[in-house]
Parts: sequence; C-alpha cells; structure tokens
Amino acid sequence: MKATTPQQDLIRGIWKENPVLVQLLGLCPALAVTNTVANSLAMGIATFFVLVGSSLLVSTFKKVIPHEVRISAYILIIATFVTIADLVLAAVVPLIHKELGAFIALIVVNCMILGRQEAFASKRPIGRSLLDAVGTGTGFMIALLMMGTFREILGNGSILGVSLFGGGFEPWVIFILPPGGFLTLGFILLAFGWWEERKSETIRVRQWPHGVATPSREEAA
Amino acid sequence: MGELFWILISAMLISNFTLSLFLGLCPFMGVSARVETALRMGLANIFVLVITSICAWVLNTYVLPHAPYLRVISFIVVIASLVQIVEMAIKKISPTLFRELGIFLPLITTNCAILGFAIFQTNRGYDFLEGLSFAIGAGLGLTLALVLMASIRETSELSSIPAVARNMGLVLIIAGSLSLAFMGFAGLFST
Repeated sequence: MKATTPQQDLIRGIWKENPVLVQLLGLCPALAVTNTVANSLAMGIATFFVLVGSSLLVSTFKKVIPHEVRISAYILIIATFVTIADLVLAAVVPLIHKELGAFIALIVVNCMILGRQEAFASKRPIGRSLLDAVGTGTGFMIALLMMGTFREILGNGSILGVSLFGGGFEPWVIFILPPGGFLTLGFILLAFGWWEERKSETIRVRQWPHGVATPSREEAA
Repeated sequence: MGELFWILISAMLISNFTLSLFLGLCPFMGVSARVETALRMGLANIFVLVITSICAWVLNTYVLPHAPYLRVISFIVVIASLVQIVEMAIKKISPTLFRELGIFLPLITTNCAILGFAIFQTNRGYDFLEGLSFAIGAGLGLTLALVLMASIRETSELSSIPAVARNMGLVLIIAGSLSLAFMGFAGLFST
C-alpha cells in the first residue's frame, strides 16, 4: 500500500475517492432513503457513527483477530454498532426511524463500511484509521445530502419540509419515487463524465503535436 | 393458495427488490454485463434466498422471542455461514460456475437483498409457506431485473454511445427507465 500523509487519509474519502459518487459503493442506502433531506441526513449520521466506531474497534483489535475469520469478526463489530444506532434513532427521532425502516438495519451490509475495514483499518494504526473513517463518512454524507437536496427540491418543491416555490410549483413526483433515485445518481455521474471528458480534452489540446502527423513547432522552425 | 400467489407476484414485479427497493444493487451493477452470467447469479440468489427464508423463520420462531435485540447480528451470522457452505458446495460441484461468478459469490453475504429479505419477512410477520413464496418471488424478481439489464447492456455495446456516458451513468439511467416501467405493475392490485 502506498504511504500517505494523515491529511491525505482524511481528505481522500471526501471527494477524490468519494464512496458513492466515484467508487459506487453503498448504493443501496444512497438511492433508497435520499427522497428527502431529513432522511438523507439521518442516514448519513447513522452511517458515519457506525463507520467511525467500527474502524476504531477493528483497528484496536487488529492483532487479536485471527486472519481466517476476520471478515466475520468485522461484520459482528459493524452489526453491534448498527444495533446501537438503530435503538438510538428509534428513541430520539421515532418518525424518521419509521420512515427509514429496514434500511437502518441494512447499514450492516453497506459494502463501503466493510471495504474500509478490510482495506484500511485492519492494516493501519488507530489514529490513521479514525481519520480515514471520518473522511469517508463525511464523503458519504455529502453524496447523500447532494442527492437528497436535488430530489426533495424537484420532487416536492421544498428543503427540510420548508416550501420553496409557493403554490404555483408542480412537483416532479417521479423524483421522490424509486426511479428518481436511479435517475438522479445517473445524471450526477453523467455530469462527472462530461467534466472528465472536458478535462482530458484540454490536456489533449495542450499536448497537441504529440502523436499527430503535422510537424511540431520545433521541427517546422 | 391465492394469498401465496399474490405474495410471489408482488415480490417479483410490484415491489421488485432491485428496481423499487434498491436491494442487491452490487450484483445488478457488477455482473450484469453478460446475460448468461446474470442468469446464473440470479439462480444463485434464488437458492440463497430460499435457505435464508427457512433460517430466518426458524430464528424468528424459536430464538429471537427471547432476545429481540440480537436480530440483526444473528441474521447476519447465520446467513454468512450459510453462504460459505453454498460456496464450498458450488466449488465442489461446478468449478466452471464458481469461476464464472468469481468474487460475487462471497459478496452475496454482504448483499443487502439477503439481509433485507430476512428483515422484511420478519416485519411483515409471514409464516413458513408465505416466507417461502416471498423468497421465490424476490429471487425471480432479482433474476428478471438482472437478465433485463444484461440484455440491454449487451445490445447497447453495439451502438455508438457518447463518450460522456461511457461510465456507470448510462447504466443508472437505464435502471431508472426500467424502474419506471416496473412502476406500471402497481396497477395489478387495484383490479
């Protein structure tokens, strides 16, 4: 594994290796519960808590956990934190907990969390694992909020339940229904693809003579 | 009997696991490039779902009434060990299939469709037979979504796609359209 600085560990997960938008991990909650901003926020915070908690434990006990059963051990640790998050949400915000339903329990099988344990927390010191977990968790929350905002504005004409456009706005109901989840993420990825394409085109223009039949300026001169 | 049939149809078409509940998206994105692989993945999923249904029913009836807070943990442990056994069996019986499914077989464990299925079955209070028909319906639904997706992707390989859409964006837009089409099945119940 490449050596990285603590700052890189923290920042990497937020944008450059964003779990949802770049690595396409943890899609199930990202698509299922982002129909309103409030739900996205609750899911983001719960996932953040589970990720940071399990990274801390896995990294602490990495020498004790036998290599052969490590995945099962990670899943047990994650499931414990999910149970805590589930009970806390049910006690603090019962309405949102009811709306998220089974998807809170499904944080256990979020591939993003298990992936961070296997790829990072099981090999690195505690401090670094915490930084990585905080970065990835924040990246996940940003992606969820991006989708939640987009979907709630278009699908309901509001943010956090506050109406934006008044009575004249006809909501695009499709965006708070299941197809809207797929379409929203699809549009975001298309926008990213367009951005990458534009960047690589700029590079191509800058390296113009390279590999092209026309003589370069030096040769012409 | 009619009740069981409706549970099956409802799990397969109306609230399709992949297209309307977003469960099992990893294989949906990952193994949907070839129709044949997609079909095999779907069959493996049906198999695991049926066994999961039986396990979840046993746990719910005999173990969990005594310790409800252990629900998530016990489901995941039982399912994980189960998939391990299925994996060993497939490796022994059909090495070709094992190679074909590659990394996605162990990933069935962390497939939200399986755990999600167990939790839905519990929340809806299905009995043994209802659970089985729910499992088969959900499995058929997953297979249907996978195969449809794979067929569309195979066809779209031959068409000229703008460079912008050559990442997963296109796949998600296709999934969105499929999901839109499946919403039409909601009308089945009102008749």
